[in-house]
Amino acid sequence: MRRIRAAAAGAVTISLLTAATACGGGSSSGGSNASPKTLTYWASNQGASIEIDKKVLGPEIAKFEKDTGIKVKLEVVPWTDLLNRILTATTSGQGPDVLNIGNSWSASLQATGALLPWDAKNFAKIGGKDRFVDSVLGSTGAEGKDPAAVPLYSMSYALYYNKKMFADAGIAGPPATWDELIADGKKLSKGGKWGLGAEGSNPAENIHHAFVFAKQHGADFFTADGKADFTSDGVVSAVKQYVDLMAKDKIIAPGNAEYAQNQSVSDFAKGKNAMLLWQSAVANLKSQGMSEDAYGIAPVPVQSGAPGTGTNVNSMVAGINVAVFKNSKNLDGATKFVKFLTSDAEQKILNEAYTTIPPIKTAQTDTAFNSPSNAVIKDTLAKSAASLPQVADESQFETAVGTAIKGLFADAAGGRAVTTASVKAALEKAQQQMPKK
Amino acid sequence: MTTTTAASAESGERTVRKSSPGAARGPRRTGRIKRIGLPYLLLLPALVLELLVHLVPMVIGIVMSFKELTQFYIRDWGTAPWAGFDNYSVSVHFDEPVGEALLHSFFVTIAFTLLSVGLCWLIGTAAAIYMQDNFVGRGVLRALFLVPYALPVYAAVITWVFMFQHDNGLVNHVLHDQLHLTDKPSFWLIGDNSFYALLVVSVWKGWPFAFLIVMAGLQNIPGELYEAAALDGAGVWQQLRRITLPSLRPVNQVLVLVLFLWTFNDFNTPFVLFGRTAPDAADLISVHIYQASFVTWNFGTGSAMSVLLLLFLLVVTGAYLLLTSRGRKTADV
Amino acid sequence: MSSTSTTIRSAGARSATPRSPMAPPRSFLWSRRIFLTLLTGFVLVPVYVMVSSSLKPLADVSGKFRWVPSGLTLRPYIDIWSTVPLARYFVNSLIVAGAATACSVVIAVFSAYAVSRYNFRGKRVFTVTVLSTQMFPGILFLLPLFLIYVNIGNATGIALFGSRGGLILTYLTFSLPFSIWMLIGYFDSVPRDLDEAALVDGCGPLGALFRVVVPAAIPGIVAVAVYAFMTAWGEVLFASVMTNDATRTLAVGLQGYSTLNDVYWNQIMAASLVVSVPVVAGFLLLQRYLVAGLTAGAVK
Repeated sequence: MRRIRAAAAGAVTISLLTAATACGGGSSSGGSNASPKTLTYWASNQGASIEIDKKVLGPEIAKFEKDTGIKVKLEVVPWTDLLNRILTATTSGQGPDVLNIGNSWSASLQATGALLPWDAKNFAKIGGKDRFVDSVLGSTGAEGKDPAAVPLYSMSYALYYNKKMFADAGIAGPPATWDELIADGKKLSKGGKWGLGAEGSNPAENIHHAFVFAKQHGADFFTADGKADFTSDGVVSAVKQYVDLMAKDKIIAPGNAEYAQNQSVSDFAKGKNAMLLWQSAVANLKSQGMSEDAYGIAPVPVQSGAPGTGTNVNSMVAGINVAVFKNSKNLDGATKFVKFLTSDAEQKILNEAYTTIPPIKTAQTDTAFNSPSNAVIKDTLAKSAASLPQVADESQFETAVGTAIKGLFADAAGGRAVTTASVKAALEKAQQQMPKK
Repeated sequence: MTTTTAASAESGERTVRKSSPGAARGPRRTGRIKRIGLPYLLLLPALVLELLVHLVPMVIGIVMSFKELTQFYIRDWGTAPWAGFDNYSVSVHFDEPVGEALLHSFFVTIAFTLLSVGLCWLIGTAAAIYMQDNFVGRGVLRALFLVPYALPVYAAVITWVFMFQHDNGLVNHVLHDQLHLTDKPSFWLIGDNSFYALLVVSVWKGWPFAFLIVMAGLQNIPGELYEAAALDGAGVWQQLRRITLPSLRPVNQVLVLVLFLWTFNDFNTPFVLFGRTAPDAADLISVHIYQASFVTWNFGTGSAMSVLLLLFLLVVTGAYLLLTSRGRKTADV
Repeated sequence: MSSTSTTIRSAGARSATPRSPMAPPRSFLWSRRIFLTLLTGFVLVPVYVMVSSSLKPLADVSGKFRWVPSGLTLRPYIDIWSTVPLARYFVNSLIVAGAATACSVVIAVFSAYAVSRYNFRGKRVFTVTVLSTQMFPGILFLLPLFLIYVNIGNATGIALFGSRGGLILTYLTFSLPFSIWMLIGYFDSVPRDLDEAALVDGCGPLGALFRVVVPAAIPGIVAVAVYAFMTAWGEVLFASVMTNDATRTLAVGLQGYSTLNDVYWNQIMAASLVVSVPVVAGFLLLQRYLVAGLTAGAVK
């Protein structure tokens, strides 16, 4: 028996030693320029597929490689994996040098300390902070801290509507308020067709809409000092108003409650839904065979009046940021690459390819971004878009509240009543799942 | 190889059988050391790998469960403050939301596991017994029945997702459009029905394993037993009750335990079926813990929940082995 | 699992035990017919859906379900290779699952031989420990394991994280416990007289293992190999965290079809089928061994 005990003791010792070294985790200093000739770039999936992204980015990266002699290893990471991959990279200290992040994650990732802060000195290396559009800079990290990332592609929500279906139903133009949208939606929801599409099982989509509705009700999901506050009357009526589009107004097909993979865009392209609230659906719709003159684009409705600030906000500031991993072994090269990606020329090429808007003032004025759809989006971004809460718990918030709304949609679809009380209970539960501090 | 051959030549007519240390004591020291060392040497690769991939990580996981490992600290674990039993107390405060959700998920998992294992066993055993005798098409049927088990999890489950869709799925097409059993199409991937959806997929995928094992078990029942019973005038059903089922007991003991552990810890099926956030009704504990750690970035709490789960499984397995082995001599394992 | 060693069971060749000399009664036959028909339906419907949908045009799979395709097309089978780099994932999976299987089988053979043929201190501890790893929730050691790999990489320069090597190592330990346990049972049923005879003939213990025990245990070893291969071929959780674009395996790579703007169900089904065919075919070809291996090994 003694030998077993000795072996067991040995095993435990080894484990503890490993644990101790493991606790060293990714604590290695703050990056260096040890390998100045290579870079790894994790791009998010912006095009219709990963292969398309590679085709878009490949030639551009080749330009950078030719100019600088730095070899860039590109990996396009699907959205389903991106946050996990960033987390594991953060934990281990082994990650890419440059990476794309959803701009709403900025503050959360900033809190991990894994990303290079963009102080004045670093901004100077890429041409200065004032090259960027102001409203977009609000989605790069917590207020009062150096941004954790810089904007790369910008988007906002818009209302896409099917012109023919509107004409057939005798509707003159796109709705400007929710009441009008509901009235139009009721006219359109018949014969297997529906007024509006939604992605009920996609927590992120749910959050984006709930956030805007909350703004329109004069409410916020977080208090000024960053505490979760999901159960205020404003938030509850905001969430209820959104879910009611299916539950009470019945202008969203119940089946949309289980959508999470952009099926509502396909439905819109096929003429099953007359309206769609989406970020930049142009390229997607085209790939599904819907020509640009078949649909119109209008600002997302408000409660009353015209889109603006305050309670007339009608979109989140959507977009992709680019960040530098602090542990990079090629900090200079990484910064150069960010400079390249945010240069006027590249901004024009990339944003055109992805039908997004450049967050760079000088690039935005290019004629390529003056199409009707871009005009609406540019206008929204400039005048009536607000940043999602830039707090460290943002990603938890997206999960907790997004999932709560998913459950409410499931209730609505299953024929269960969605009441103020049930909405409040769901949000209460979500709030208690948030970190205590 | 050459050294061992030399050693065995040296030790002469050595027997390998149950070389109890006492019996082998002799003057030839080197041979003895080699002989005693050999089994350890043979076990070494397995031991090292299990240590590296299972045991050491588990110890680290236990250490993690005592730390406050949130997004603020994951970059440098050393700086994460010790949390004492905080992560545990959060997990077991069943009147608070986190603990309540965990408990709910635990009960869902138990119900799911019991039903799934029970059905898998029942269908598998019935199929194996019905197919004990030869009949035309038996071989084809047997191959066919093994297909769900052989399919890669992802491929199998994604097909079910396709079938369970609300608008375009086969299940609603059959139940609603063709058989008119429901007054409107049901939801299977969200809401309360998701539990049954998960159960169906799990049983579909798992019963062939029970079938396979029971089939193998049936082959070990000596034919003489049946002959003797038949001479006594026992019919098929009586033979089944008196011979087949009792003879399968030891097989069932292992089968049920293995099925239980696999089903309880199954992550792939619910993950592919529902994605990252499972509906409440089908919130299996493995996905729940995954969400607690990866989606909310709280690895300390996630680890604490895993440790609790592990303890539970240890207790259940231990109790099960104790109970079932009573009266039956378990030689080894 | 005592070693009675009364007969050398040529388990592979054995056919069904004749149960009763009498013809089974009607009630039995009818219930059998009904049960097996229902079961066949249950098993076959998803398989039919997978096959038929993979041959349907996109319009068919994104609209109401239909039993009979409006038209048959091989288009999905051409498209699957370009929408995601399926060929690369396929090669990765083959390498990972193949290597994991080979290593797992060899290691399991060694361990099972030691446990089956020797009495030594810690034997029980070993078997219990190895078997108990079956009950570890994967989620508990995912992150720590990942950290260990990274640290080994930092310390020694051996890239385990993100490489196929790391995945191989992980997967082989997943199938190891069950494999060892099954092989112990199988080896126990191989009579000891055989290896003793080999020892007398001048083989070492390893010689006896490879020349006598292993050949006699082929069905058991095949069964174990099939199990190990399937485990590695279908795993999702660890593969999603531990691989990158270059080393991604099929189980994770297949998800690429549904994160696109449109859900190409026909391509998903076609790809699922392509991915399944090698495993299912192998499994069905080897199923005789599998049953035989289980008969002598696991269930005794």
